[in-house]
Amino acid sequence: MTKEVSIIDLVNVIRSKNAGPFELTFDIIFKDKETYEKVKKTKVITKELIAKLYHISIEKVLYFVEFDPANAIKATIVRPVDSGSIGETDVYGAQQHAPLLGIKIPYKE
Amino acid sequence: MKEIRVLSPVGMLGYGFPVKSFQKGLEKKPHVIAADAGSTDAGPHKLGAGVGIVSKEATKKDLTLMLTAGCENKIPVIIGSAGGSGAEVHLNWTSEIVKEIAKEKNLHFKMALIHAEVEKDYLKNKLAEGKIKPLGPVSELTPKDIEEATRIVGVMGVHSHIKALELGAEVILAGRSNDPAMFAALPIREGYNPGLALHMGKILECGAMASTPGTTSDCMMAYLREDYFIVEPTNPMRKCIPSTVAAHTLYEKSSPLHIIGPEGITDVTECKFEQYSERAVKVSGSILKKSKIINIKLEGASKVAYRTICIAGLRDPIMIRQIDECEKHVRDTVFTYFNDISTEDYKLLFHIYGKNGVMGTLEPQKEITSYELCLILEVVAKNQELANIICAFARSTLLHYSYKGRIATAGNLAFPYAPSDIPTGAVYKFNIHHLVEVDDPDELFSIEIVKV
Repeated sequence: MTKEVSIIDLVNVIRSKNAGPFELTFDIIFKDKETYEKVKKTKVITKELIAKLYHISIEKVLYFVEFDPANAIKATIVRPVDSGSIGETDVYGAQQHAPLLGIKIPYKE
Repeated sequence: MKEIRVLSPVGMLGYGFPVKSFQKGLEKKPHVIAADAGSTDAGPHKLGAGVGIVSKEATKKDLTLMLTAGCENKIPVIIGSAGGSGAEVHLNWTSEIVKEIAKEKNLHFKMALIHAEVEKDYLKNKLAEGKIKPLGPVSELTPKDIEEATRIVGVMGVHSHIKALELGAEVILAGRSNDPAMFAALPIREGYNPGLALHMGKILECGAMASTPGTTSDCMMAYLREDYFIVEPTNPMRKCIPSTVAAHTLYEKSSPLHIIGPEGITDVTECKFEQYSERAVKVSGSILKKSKIINIKLEGASKVAYRTICIAGLRDPIMIRQIDECEKHVRDTVFTYFNDISTEDYKLLFHIYGKNGVMGTLEPQKEITSYELCLILEVVAKNQELANIICAFARSTLLHYSYKGRIATAGNLAFPYAPSDIPTGAVYKFNIHHLVEVDDPDELFSIEIVKV
């Protein structure tokens, strides 16, 4: 049985943080290996999705990795403004994760 | 069985840690006590202005516990990225605190100071030799960048820490260091697997963050053996589980598979994270791919402007609906009024909380649903006086603007403070974030031995 599940119900962590002053990195860490593997299979979370959610060009998504040992998906994008520079909105980059919370997964029980 | 034990009392020197946790860690007889005192996290201002991230009192408190324990137990104490940004002024600041503590507690030890601040002429030569390249999405370095930076540091690896240990240092105060270096130095010197040592260092540098409930303000102990290491928080209320340790390997890094540092790339693709005991996790499989060329990261900050802000609340729904138009009106009015000043000399920014204050251009939500907005009007300009003048003008323009349909004619903004305009001083930017190729790290990082 497949139903649409909010990603919030499938994870322990969804966070954003600076990776150095010029990059912003997102971690989506799933509850367990089984959940992680199921979500990976759906191929919903991709580089393209990240670009779409943050409405940036795909070239600005610098890394996209599925890290099995942590049951986690990581994506890193170019920071719109380098950390602490003029035009900064979030020095630590820790509050940029909200668009990820709206992800829905067609989850197979 | 061959084993080396490393105690990390806290994720950031000055954040504080429970004395009980620290004592529990000491009971396990660590071979070294180490802590990371710095970060680029807090922005370029700390490096640019030469100030610290945490207070003197907080730093002194943490250091007192660590130094007295180090002296009593005859264990080396290693602090990296001293003072936050790890330049000369930060190193000196920390060194003064250490001397104060030594005097108060009657401690005597051999201290190594490892300098990380880089000379501009040296870098200009390196640049001319073509030995400097960008790190990350930044442009090529120019001599102007070097000149404009208020201070520049190199990020040292284990090499310099090991050298200090070999010189007999009992306390090491290092300038800007790669996060794992303080923790990995002694193990690598003793012949342990460098990939494991560096990975272990990456976990320890945040204190007990890689545990649950995680925090940087508590202690983490690591036991490094031949083919694996074990991490365990010393506070019994916390435990490491495979997911917390694996997740920490991802933290703050662009890619989780490779941890890049001056020693090379630590490949964690084949890593295994296993529950070793109730509160400890075993990590194996981290491999260091040593780089043939030594590349040292450079961090530099330059002063770019002076800033004045004004905080104001908006509560009128008729105005809130038209906030974009109000912003445009203020911008146009400022531009016209100050038409004798070049637009290169100032910038006007609107931070509108309730619209896109937190995410700025990344905000996907297009509709304002708040009944209240917080506006931070910001002006950055070439000097403080100009920033003050423009901010005052923009503020009064917005305060009195007769937007379409206005019926609340007494004033558009709610200021929490008088004066409403707040000069906040100099603004900095990381203008150097590059790699410099060196033949020997010693050319960048000099070691000074001091008898305390």
